[in-house]
Amino acid sequence: MGADGPRLPMTNERPQPPVLGPGHTFATVTDKISSIVLTRPTTPGWLAGFALAFSLVMLLFYAIGYLLLVGVGIWGINIPVGWGFAIVNFVWWIGIGHAGTLISAILLLLNQKWRTSINRFAEAMTLFAVACAALFPLLHLGRPWLFYWLFPYPSTMGVWPQFRSPLVWDVFAVSTYFTVSLLFWFVGLIPDLATLRDRADTRAKRIIYGMLAMGWRGSAMHWHRFQTAYLLLAGLATPLVVSVHTVVSFDFAVGIIPGWHSTIFPPYFVAGAIYSGFAMVLTLAIPLRAAYGLEDFITMRHLENMAKVMLATGLIVAYGYGMELFMAWYSGNIYEGFTAWNRIVGPYGPAYWALIFCNVVAPQALWFKRVRANVPVLFVLSLIVNLGMWLERYVIVITSLHRDFLPSSWGMYSATRWDWAIYVGTIGLFLALLFLFIRFLPMISIFEMRELVSETKARGGS
Amino acid sequence: MPKGPTKPATYGLLAEFVTPAELTAAAKRARAAGYRRMDAYAPFPVEGLAEALEFRRSRVPSITLAGGILGGLSGYFMQYWIAAINYPENIGGRPLHSWPAFIPVTFELTILGAALAAVLGMLALNGLPMPYHPVFHVPRFVLASRDRFFLLIEARDPKFDRQATERFLESLGSRGVSEVPC
Repeated sequence: MGADGPRLPMTNERPQPPVLGPGHTFATVTDKISSIVLTRPTTPGWLAGFALAFSLVMLLFYAIGYLLLVGVGIWGINIPVGWGFAIVNFVWWIGIGHAGTLISAILLLLNQKWRTSINRFAEAMTLFAVACAALFPLLHLGRPWLFYWLFPYPSTMGVWPQFRSPLVWDVFAVSTYFTVSLLFWFVGLIPDLATLRDRADTRAKRIIYGMLAMGWRGSAMHWHRFQTAYLLLAGLATPLVVSVHTVVSFDFAVGIIPGWHSTIFPPYFVAGAIYSGFAMVLTLAIPLRAAYGLEDFITMRHLENMAKVMLATGLIVAYGYGMELFMAWYSGNIYEGFTAWNRIVGPYGPAYWALIFCNVVAPQALWFKRVRANVPVLFVLSLIVNLGMWLERYVIVITSLHRDFLPSSWGMYSATRWDWAIYVGTIGLFLALLFLFIRFLPMISIFEMRELVSETKARGGS
Repeated sequence: MPKGPTKPATYGLLAEFVTPAELTAAAKRARAAGYRRMDAYAPFPVEGLAEALEFRRSRVPSITLAGGILGGLSGYFMQYWIAAINYPENIGGRPLHSWPAFIPVTFELTILGAALAAVLGMLALNGLPMPYHPVFHVPRFVLASRDRFFLLIEARDPKFDRQATERFLESLGSRGVSEVPC
């Protein structure tokens, strides 16, 4: 393996920085990634982070317990703003959950090799984000313990869900998305679980990872079917990921509320979801690569590519904001016009301007290579975009509802501490699950890294 | 072929290789030499290896297609049956069979059916879960999930002969041939 000179040009036109640090072999990538799980002691940093996240989970349980006891009246919702934080956070989390499958599926189909070292934890992030998202509509039901009424089952009451309602479509979209993301994640994990089984130093680890690996032994026939199934799953997940946020946007767009009833919602929601998802992947990848010394695997090229995807999707989102305003004016509909005006200069105006700053103005810095190559700045920008996308959903949900057609039914909304407790609590749940994930499962796909090493060698050798 | 009663039963012979190219070449040569009951093990999918063993076309795609069709049809007809037959609701005279409203759920269930079929089909065709397999008895085999490549010729291969096959595998450039106990 020639280790001299710049290796691994990804295209023939111009050399690009490598997607893998130099000098790696099958053995080194395997040992490095599996040692994080198997031999590395639990660090004080991990413990402190997990403890903090877990205390937020306790807050979440406390807030949910009180909610079940008292009811949704503890939240700030009332007529006219009946959706509030529950739906804001639902859409925010679901949006974050889009990058994982996008990175795994679409970039796999497009043969983008740089996805390899970020797909695994992006998929995990998707699962945990969707789990957090799914909590909100359930808690918002009023009687969450009757959540199974959402599913069509032959009940003794003789009633069925209303399949003409986008809210029922949502149940199917989100549960399908969660299931398919879980399958995709788990199938990708099977060969790595076998690696952990074979390298486990204690009997308990060997048994647990061995059970999860289901006896995977890397047979050529198995790999052949595995790859076919994996590619098919990627092909299936690609339209699915687009459909999920489309259906979420139908929750709004199918209603007649001004500010919601708009045909641009599906594409603009999907772009916003990918935007926030990539922002969250960056938010997580940057500290992770520093903490675990993974700079060889999650290289500057990865960070830069994610920054570019963020910039591109951010521009689509900015176009969406522009079209919303344009259509509010061009439609000549006084309610649409008023809603747009009310968003900009009404009582929630500061939230609107903050979202424009976070989602449209700040990311323009990503045009500059110096910014994309500056890791701390990228980290701050990713946090700004996360915040901006949350504000966007806040503005969409709250400003449209609080002043609709009849001035006599106008009102104001403000979140209570219970709203905040549950929101912050889900962030804790998300982080706690991620901490457990990076401790017990390989956060980078080991077998795909070996494949990458093999291809790197083949290119270097020819 | 059945062994003599005194000999310990052998599942086959496992030859170790260092690169994927060596393994693919060895598999091709073993195939050419007339061996049929073979398997190859690699730590990642090696292109052309399954073909070198003349693996038939995988049935995973057709199973996935069937799962998708089944999911989609059952999704659509479930909604039709519920909304038009079992629980009809007349809302302002709108049609009961309002098919455009049934498309999102039909789509989701198509994907769900196909994805479940792809994964379960892959696992079933691979015979997984299978926690026990004779190759796990070979101590070096733990490297099959790290950086080593193995070719297995099973004892039930008609051409299998304990000594001749071992010599043949060594002649392929193997770094070591081990016997796989049953």
